[in-house]
Amino acid sequence: MPSLTRTPRKQVHPHDAPRIPQRGGGRLGYWLYFIPGAILVGVVIFYPIIRNLRLSFFHWRGGRAEEEFAGFDNWVALFQDSEYLQSFQNIFLVIVAMVIVPTLLGLVVAAALFDVVGRRFGGKLSSFLRATYYLPQILPIAVAGVMFSWILKPNSDGVLNQFLSFLTGNEVAVNWLGGQYSTAITSTMVLMIWIQIGYPVVIFMAALQRVEPELYEASELDGANWFQRFRAITLPMIRPEVFVVALTTTIAALKVFAPVFILTMGGPSKSTYVPSFYAYQEFIRGTDKGYAAAIASSITIVVFIVSVIFIKAQHRAERKDA
Amino acid sequence: MTTAPATRLSPPGNKHRPAGTKHKKRGRTPSEWIVLVLIALGALLVVFPMLLLLINAFKSPADYANSNPLELPQALSFDGIKAFWSGNNFPRALWNSVFISGMVAILAVVLSVLNAFAIGIGRVKGRTWLILVFLMANLVPQEMLFDPLFKLYDDLGLLSNPWSVIITFTVIQSAFGTYLLSSLLGTFPKEILEAAAVDGASRFRSLRSIIVPILKPTLSVLMVFFFIWTWNEFLLPLAFLNTDDSLTVPLVLEQLNGERQTDTTTLVAGTLISIIPTIIFFLIFQRTLTRGITAGAVK
Repeated sequence: MPSLTRTPRKQVHPHDAPRIPQRGGGRLGYWLYFIPGAILVGVVIFYPIIRNLRLSFFHWRGGRAEEEFAGFDNWVALFQDSEYLQSFQNIFLVIVAMVIVPTLLGLVVAAALFDVVGRRFGGKLSSFLRATYYLPQILPIAVAGVMFSWILKPNSDGVLNQFLSFLTGNEVAVNWLGGQYSTAITSTMVLMIWIQIGYPVVIFMAALQRVEPELYEASELDGANWFQRFRAITLPMIRPEVFVVALTTTIAALKVFAPVFILTMGGPSKSTYVPSFYAYQEFIRGTDKGYAAAIASSITIVVFIVSVIFIKAQHRAERKDA
Repeated sequence: MTTAPATRLSPPGNKHRPAGTKHKKRGRTPSEWIVLVLIALGALLVVFPMLLLLINAFKSPADYANSNPLELPQALSFDGIKAFWSGNNFPRALWNSVFISGMVAILAVVLSVLNAFAIGIGRVKGRTWLILVFLMANLVPQEMLFDPLFKLYDDLGLLSNPWSVIITFTVIQSAFGTYLLSSLLGTFPKEILEAAAVDGASRFRSLRSIIVPILKPTLSVLMVFFFIWTWNEFLLPLAFLNTDDSLTVPLVLEQLNGERQTDTTTLVAGTLISIIPTIIFFLIFQRTLTRGITAGAVK
């Protein structure tokens, strides 16, 4: 093996050395363990990525139709497509509903559960409440969506409408999901917040356990109030977790599909489209799979760029700390 | 509090603990009570939709039509539940979901261990890039995958076959597993492995008889996670599973929701029944779950 003959001259850095002493086969032997993973990831992930990236430069009706080279046609068309632009605009609202609101609310709830409920009212109560907040996270999103669409039914037999009729004394019959863009997108955002809230709560509570209680006690002796303590001690200590939550939920927000599919189907009149849903619709019902592939590829690229930016930023923050 | 008589009996000096102890006992202030009430109200708001389901799932259609959703049922009726259970072949969907999620949980953990062994223990060249390659499975949006995979599974005759979903999600879930286990194995105590090698254990032997048993707690957390994540999946199962007897639980409910003539009590009962397996699972694995979510969060 050529790689073995070269090794004596090159000093192997201890950090790069395999953790089991080598006998025969050398490090090449470890590559054998990649065979199943490499084949599967190649077929299930990279084959579709390459195929769609390629297809985004073609017009194709699907099935047995001929592919027709289109150059950058599909990509240029994206930026003149009002539905596509609308779907990306909605992504900002989705990020508000899946990243910003849950992270902020999660910080408040986790701090209150840990600081006040956990310390003053007992750990049992605080873990019970934590579990309650986490519950929507484990429900299938589709099932949660069906539940919300039942509550938000139009006409007077919807749960929310009946409740509002009862409160106001008048017959309320708002078509929450199918009537107007504003109510449809707000309802979808409420569902997303409801689903997401438990995730930051659990992560932040676990992070708070790392903070040494002595720090709090010292600051309490110095007369710091709760908010000052939160800003000066808690927040800097759990910053890594805030990063992780922001990264994972932002990626989830960019890929969001099921809430829109179940609640609004993109309506009323395509106003609540999100990119994933748009790509799905175009693949299933559109006349040009090349265009659908361009939509899907553009989302993939955005997700990739966002992840790289986040990870770089995290690395820089870590280096600054060190 | 029920401890009032006890404190009265104890000598005054014991009432307050010495100042040096960690947890100073002082009364709960009104603002602390307010925080508790607010947090509890928030929790109530979170479970409220599920309570509504519980109240309304046991109403007969007539009862439901004539009452407010907030009112308790007049009499317990199992019409909705029966209609959903038999009308939609729910037991079949339940089995499909259990089979798919269970297989993915096992296979994805095996795949993660194999990948992580080469990366974390073998320290192969370019391992950072390899982790990124595997993480792509987690990053790539599913709508990027579904059309090419649909065609592929169609050619292989795997459409509406649970294995189409199992293969796909084994790969997607193992991305997270590979990432987590690689960083864990990167710090695996070297002495143990050296000792095993001296005793003549092969690589595979060390993996099977030493590394896997030590990792067992983490692997079980991963399995629980993979199971729930797969159970909840929607887009790709929706695309790949099309025949009535191949549907999973979320798909059955979505299909029922889409039919115009569906009776509301059936739908409500169906939603409740679809939630129950996850809640049972949650109660059984609550501890594992909370341990697990935090395991992946920060390295």
